[in-house]
Order: sequence, then structure tokens, then C-alpha cells
Amino acid sequence: MENTILPLTAIHSGSLVTLVSIGGGRGVRLKLVGMGLGVGMRIKVLSSSGSGPCVILVGNRRLALGRGMTKKILVREETGS
Amino acid sequence: MSKRIAVALAGNPNSGKTTLFNRLTGMRQHVGNYPGVTVEKVEGSVTFKKYDIKVVDLPGTYSLTAYSIDELVTRNFLFEEKPDVVVSVIDASNLERSLYLTTQLMELTGRVIVALNMADTAAELGFHIDQALLSKLFGVPIVSTVATRNKGIEELLEKVVNLFEGQNCLEKAIVRYGDEIEQELNALQTILSHHSSVVREYPLRWLALKMLENDRELTAKVEKSSHGEEIIRQAQKSRHHLQTIFGDTPDVLIAERRYGFISGACSEAARRSYEVRHTMSDKIDSILLSRALGLPIFLVVMWALFRFTFTLSEPIVGWLETGQGFFADFAGRVLPHGYGVRSFVTEGVIGGVGSVLVFLPVVSLLFLALAFLEDSGYMARGAFIMDRFMHTMGLHGRSFVPMILGFGCNVPAIMAARSIDSARDRLTTILVIPFMSCAARLPVYGLFIGALFSERIAGNVLFSLYLLGIVVAVASSRIFRKYLFPGEGLPFVMELPPYRFPTGKGLLIHMWGRVVLYVKKAGTVILAGTLVVWFLSNFPQNVQYPTDYNSLIKEAPDDQQMASQLKRGIESEKIENSYAGKIGKAISPALKPLGFDDWRVAVGLTGGIVAKEIIVGILGTLYKTGAKKEGPQTLRDALRRQVRTDGSKIYNPLVAYSLVVFVLLYAPCLATVAVIRKETGTWRWPMFSVVYTTAIAWIASFIVYQGGKILGLG
Repeated sequence: MENTILPLTAIHSGSLVTLVSIGGGRGVRLKLVGMGLGVGMRIKVLSSSGSGPCVILVGNRRLALGRGMTKKILVREETGS
Repeated sequence: MSKRIAVALAGNPNSGKTTLFNRLTGMRQHVGNYPGVTVEKVEGSVTFKKYDIKVVDLPGTYSLTAYSIDELVTRNFLFEEKPDVVVSVIDASNLERSLYLTTQLMELTGRVIVALNMADTAAELGFHIDQALLSKLFGVPIVSTVATRNKGIEELLEKVVNLFEGQNCLEKAIVRYGDEIEQELNALQTILSHHSSVVREYPLRWLALKMLENDRELTAKVEKSSHGEEIIRQAQKSRHHLQTIFGDTPDVLIAERRYGFISGACSEAARRSYEVRHTMSDKIDSILLSRALGLPIFLVVMWALFRFTFTLSEPIVGWLETGQGFFADFAGRVLPHGYGVRSFVTEGVIGGVGSVLVFLPVVSLLFLALAFLEDSGYMARGAFIMDRFMHTMGLHGRSFVPMILGFGCNVPAIMAARSIDSARDRLTTILVIPFMSCAARLPVYGLFIGALFSERIAGNVLFSLYLLGIVVAVASSRIFRKYLFPGEGLPFVMELPPYRFPTGKGLLIHMWGRVVLYVKKAGTVILAGTLVVWFLSNFPQNVQYPTDYNSLIKEAPDDQQMASQLKRGIESEKIENSYAGKIGKAISPALKPLGFDDWRVAVGLTGGIVAKEIIVGILGTLYKTGAKKEGPQTLRDALRRQVRTDGSKIYNPLVAYSLVVFVLLYAPCLATVAVIRKETGTWRWPMFSVVYTTAIAWIASFIVYQGGKILGLG
């Protein structure tokens, strides 16, 4: 299992990743936690355009993240399993 | 007498809360606003057994922090109105996340019932929830419901009544935050209970938690109360202490502990045998959100929205205008002539009501189309698709739809800006919407472009106006974001709900609520404005006309054509000598550098502040072309012929273009001003908007006219 930590922008569509950290202010982090996006959660990237917005699957919900947001989210890609 | 129970529905967005609310109350609903803010307040009622149950549908929220208006409104409602029972609506297929709000509601009030909604979807997805165990772990009654199929509604009402009557043997669970946090909580609770007067309003433990979370609103409240400083000092100390131990801010810690409690409970009470499946929604999204097709499809949808609105509303508007004319004719024949009564009723009242009604089909259909986009789930996708482009404006994807709606009518557009959760982004959006060229401005463009440009280039000229509006909106938005509302906006995070086919009833409820709000807000203002214009153009009445028309009419009784020409002469001179005429003459020198120093146009522009399409009507009267019967052609000819006192022609293509640019950009109409006032809560922003847009309009027209002259176009 590889342990590279990448920003969400670098992840291809269809990959399963684990959320490592959320950057940004208090308001942003609390909002994301409230929406069910916490550190350690497994998320699936449904569509990623490479440079900006992306859609992720958390639990059973689809979240759309804007440009500014995806850069601040760091994830660990799971290549082993 | 039946007993009254006040119930509040709280839940995440897309938890089926509104569907449940509709099931509970049927059409017995009332849409209003929470005091002081523009969050919609939807109330309804239901009679169950001997109880009269009033239900309030609270805004959809994920938590109860003070970061967004919706959340603030929700928790203030719970304190101020103190509903008897709070129903926490949760999406059974998203148990953990939905319960996050439930735990916060439980900390805030004793009487919570959980409605485990969308139980069928959860079962399909392979969730097995032990309802009894979950109820025991949380210490609250749980009812499973399927609002879309009307299941569990009776049982929910039954539980509401039971809880109200105190027949509940469960003991509410309390989330424990771990020794360190609990210690600080205790310290804060002690000091709070000894000193502050605020504690009487709020639950003690909750207040202490909020102090630890550094909640803006409550900290400010406590600070103002007696011994406030002491409490704040303790809170700061506690926060600092926790930060050094855990290396993270207490609010994030608390949020994580809450999740800990929830996932503990869920791992006992819920089993999942599911794998994440690619649903139909994902398949649709793989096309609608794709890089190549996403944007074109979205633009086609927007285009279809306008086609739908205008194609359908056109005949209805026609009927309304015919009806208005019929009423005005009828009233004109019945009413006495003296004291301006007839003119007040036909032009003022019927004209005023008419101009509100004429907007109604367009606005209603726009709202209907909007409700369809929202209910189907596509709206969230559209915002997402436009996010990248809107960033160049310093705005979010969510600002796009309100701005696009501005092309139809600025009023619903500004109302639609409510969906933007960051206050800075919302204000910026509201302030740039008036630059989006609404449908009411089109007749004015049509008049001047038709009169002075060849048919071959008329279309391009018109298109350039729309484009100019967008360019000015983009530039203004960047300026506002940089100087008026600096700072980073909330990043764009939005849930994409699964696609659903909207129900007719849901669409109608959505549309109706907004239409009523529109009529109340804009309708009254437009009506009042029309009456003011009527007054200004009809008074003072006892003027000596320089030409004695009446005797001229008497002298030529047989000449029908002559008589009608003379009557138009009266009308025109009446306006010239009225207050409106005087205002026009006073303003027109300021328009000289823009090329159109025609007092008639100045009167038209002044009247246009009430509603832009009035401009054409006013010019028609002032240029003595009579009523609409003779068509716009005569007015166009009159404009082309118009000369100054020195004999030079007033209008040429350059002047006309400068004028339409001015009409595009200058002060928003009264209805828009009124809506900006309502939506922002102060007079400051509508005033700012009027001054800013008019200044921009003057500058833009100045550049067009003077620049054009230098280039030799005039």
C-alpha cells in the first residue's frame, strides 16, 4: 500500500481515497464536518476535471466541491487493495 | 376546545423534510419570512384527533453553528418560539450524518422526535436499522416514515401527541465529550449559573458548549450581560487549554466527539450490507457533468427556460392588456369627467394594476421553471458547472442562476439570490443583477434601434447591449468583491441530490409561495409608483395653456382628424406643463454630454424608474403620436424628424446608441429597488444601487457618445 498524500485535484475519477486533512478556516472545516466530511473518511472521486471542481461520494451522498475547496483537501490514495 | 401543539420540522437539505411537511399539512400552508431576514418561513397546520397542530418547516441545515443565516434562524426560532415538539427529520440512508443535527437539537431542547425518513430507500440500499435499539441509545422516540408514499404520517402525529402529553418514558441521552472537555464545560457552567442573566434563556450545558466553540452570536450576548467579561475570560482560558492539549480548536474537537457518539450508536443499531452502487443519478451525471457536454447542455437548458417562459406568457399578457383596455374604456364612459376622477381611475388605478398584472405571467412562469430545476435536482448541477466561470467574477456557481434570471425580470432574480449562503456573495450578486438586461427594457431598445438603425444590423446592435450588460456586471462584481466586500468567500460545497421527477403539487406549492411574495412586495410598490407618475404628469391642473385648444376644437367641429390632432396637442402640453415636464426640463442639461438633451426623453427616463417599459408610453404621449392604435411606426418617424431649436436633428444612430446604453444601465426600476430593500434589510443597498448604476450609465453613455464623435460617427 502506497502512502502518498495528494491534494484532491490530483486524483483521477473513479479512485477511492481516504481523507487526510482539510485546510482553510474554521468555518470551512466545520461546514464540511457538518456535511459529513471528516478526517479518516473514505471517499470516492466520481468526477474530477483535473484542475478544479470535483464530485465525490461520501457514504451515500454526492458532494460537489468548488475549485478553491479541492486544492485544500489532502487525501491518501489506496492503490494496494 | 381543541388543544394546540406547535411542532417544528428540522433536518438536512434533501432529507425529504419538505415532502414530509407537505404530507402533514396538505395545502394549508403559509409562506412568510422570519423577522428581519430573508429566509422563507413556511407554516402549515393539521387537525389530528382533538389537537390543532401547527407545523413550521425550518430551513434545511446541517448543523446549528452561527455561520449561516439558515442555521441562526433555526436555532433562534427554537429559543424564541419554543415549539412544543421538534421533529428531527433524518435520511435513513445517511444515518450518521443526519443524526449530527439530531444530537445538536437534543442538546438544545428536551422534546425531540426522530422521523426516520426515506426508510424504503435505506432498505433498498441494504441498510438494516434496529429502530428500537437506536431509540434507546438516543433516548428519543423514533418513527420510520416514507413521506413520498404517505407512510408513517399517522404514527408520527400519534407520537407528537404522546410526547406533548408527557407520555414518554425515555430518558434523553447526553453526548459526553471526554474528561478534558467535560472539565472545562463544568467550569463554564458553574460560572455561568452564578452570574449570567443569559442562562435563563438557554439550556446551561448548551450555552457552555457554545462558549467553548467560540460561537460568535452567543459570545456577544454573554459579553453584554452582567459579569460578561469574567465568563468570556474563563471561556478563553478553557479554549486555550484545550487547544494546547489537543492541538486543534475546541469546535472541531466537539464536532468530532459528536460524530464519535453517533458512530458508536450506529455501529450497534445499524447494519449495512451494501456496496456503493452506481445509481441512475450517477449515470445521468456522467453525461450532464462531463467536461465536454456539461456546459453546452446547461446553456441549452437555460435557453429552454426562457423560451418556455416567454412563449407561454406572451398570449396571456396579450389577453391581460386587452382586458385592461376594456376596463379603462368602460370606466372612462361611466365616470364623471371633473376633478381628474376619470383620469385617476383609468390611467392611475387601472393602468397601475395593469402593469403589475402584465408582469405576473412572466414572473409566475419563471418561478415555475425555477421550481422544476430545483425539485428535479438539476439546479445544484448547474451551479457546479458554472462554478469555474463564476470564479473569474469573484463569485460562486450559485450566483449564476439568479443572474441569468435577471434577463427575464430582475425582481425574481434578486429573490432567487437567497440560495447563496455567503452574505458577501449574495450582496454582490444582488447588486450586479440590475445590469442584466430584463425583458421590460426590450421595448425601449426596439423603439430606438428600430428608428435609427437599418434592419440588417439591428440584431447585432441589440446583442451588443446584452453583452455590455454582462461585461459591466462582471467588472462591477470584481470591484465589489475587492473593495466593498473584501475577503475570501465560503468555498463552494454543495450536495448533489439524486435526480427526481418533480411532482405537480410540489411545483405548484413552490411557485405559489413565491408568486404571493412577489405580488406583496413588488406589486404594491409598482402600483404606488404608477400613481405617483400619474400625479406628476397630471398636476398642476389649473394651467393656462398657451394655445386655446378648446375654442379651436369648437371652431372645427366637423373635422374629425383635426379634432383628434388637437386633443393630442392638449395631452402633450398638459404633460409639458406638469411637474413631470418640469422635472424633465430640469434634468435634460445633464444629459447634453450624452447627446440626448431632449426634455421628453428626460421625462421618459424619470418615469422609467417606476418600470422601464413605461418609457415608450410616455414618449408616445409626448410626441403626440396618440395611443398604441397607430403603432410604433409613427413614434419612430417622429423621433427621426425631431429637431432642436437651431434646426439640427436630435437623433442619429450614435445618439440612439448612447441612449439605449443609458437605459440598459441606469437606476433599477422601483420594484427592483423595493426587493433589494427587502432582501438586504436596509435602505443603504437600494440607495447605493440607484446611485451606482446611474453613475455607471452616465459614464458609459458619455464614453459612447463622446468617443463616437471623436471617431467621426456622430
